[in-house]
Amino acid sequence: MKSLGAAAAGGALFGAGLLVSGMTRPEKVVGFLDVTGAWDPSLALVMAGAIAAHVVGRRLVQRRGAPLFGEHFHVPTRADLDPRLVAGAAIFGVGWGLSGYCPGPALVAAAGGVPPALLFVAAMTVGIVVHHALHGRAGVADDEAEAAPPQVTDCA
Amino acid sequence: MHDFTPLPALLGGLLVGASATLLYATHGRTAGISGLFGGLLRREVPDRALRLAFLAGLAAAGVVAAFVAPQAFGPPPPQRSGLVLAVAGLLVGYGTQLGGGCTSGHGVCGLSRGSTRSLVATLTFMLTAGVTVALAGRLLGGAS
Repeated sequence: MKSLGAAAAGGALFGAGLLVSGMTRPEKVVGFLDVTGAWDPSLALVMAGAIAAHVVGRRLVQRRGAPLFGEHFHVPTRADLDPRLVAGAAIFGVGWGLSGYCPGPALVAAAGGVPPALLFVAAMTVGIVVHHALHGRAGVADDEAEAAPPQVTDCA
Repeated sequence: MHDFTPLPALLGGLLVGASATLLYATHGRTAGISGLFGGLLRREVPDRALRLAFLAGLAAAGVVAAFVAPQAFGPPPPQRSGLVLAVAGLLVGYGTQLGGGCTSGHGVCGLSRGSTRSLVATLTFMLTAGVTVALAGRLLGGAS
């Protein structure tokens, strides 16, 4: 129970970060992506801040040897650059540019009852289901990759 | 350049990084939203309860903000119709699963880890997003 509480707190912190940063305002996100127009560089600092905090935090955490509520750290093991990675990222970018929503902010805004975000999340869910139906386990997310059949060894 | 808000952006980013660190410290997991959410839409997936808890926390932040800070939300650019948003959602859903991550999984966690895959993915989605915004500005009118 404590473990799920920690996960929920993590999610709330993540959501708060997105809300504070401006990521839940798609017009602002589009302004950030609009490098050839009226560019608003603010959101580069979201990524910079997040990476700075996580690079340091991750290094400190790693010293413990194991997570608080688990036996080992789940680190993605794939290193190859396959066409799916590039194609998927390219497709995601088009959707992000069209809407100004990426998955995290979209979920937060949908939970906040913002109508366009609700529509977006419904469509995003369909897109995910279509992917799973077409590709099964093959296109497992990077953070799940070690749980995929060929790399299941360290999950025993 | 307009609407430049460096401090909230930096603070928000630090919170996101702190959250990713918290999830890693407690569960050893990557805080990739598309991965956590996409996993819930599979028949079998490890850590279903953990995913639900994290995403419930994320959603709770949105619910609370709707009451205490509704200005944190805004609409998409006015030229983006419901049809455009639906197509965008489909692409984001499909693309993040095919590419194994999104802005958080690749952009924040992957880059923090020094992953080459995540670097390639991040440069790719940044590029196509930028090109899309530039083109949409011309085709749909008004980039932002």
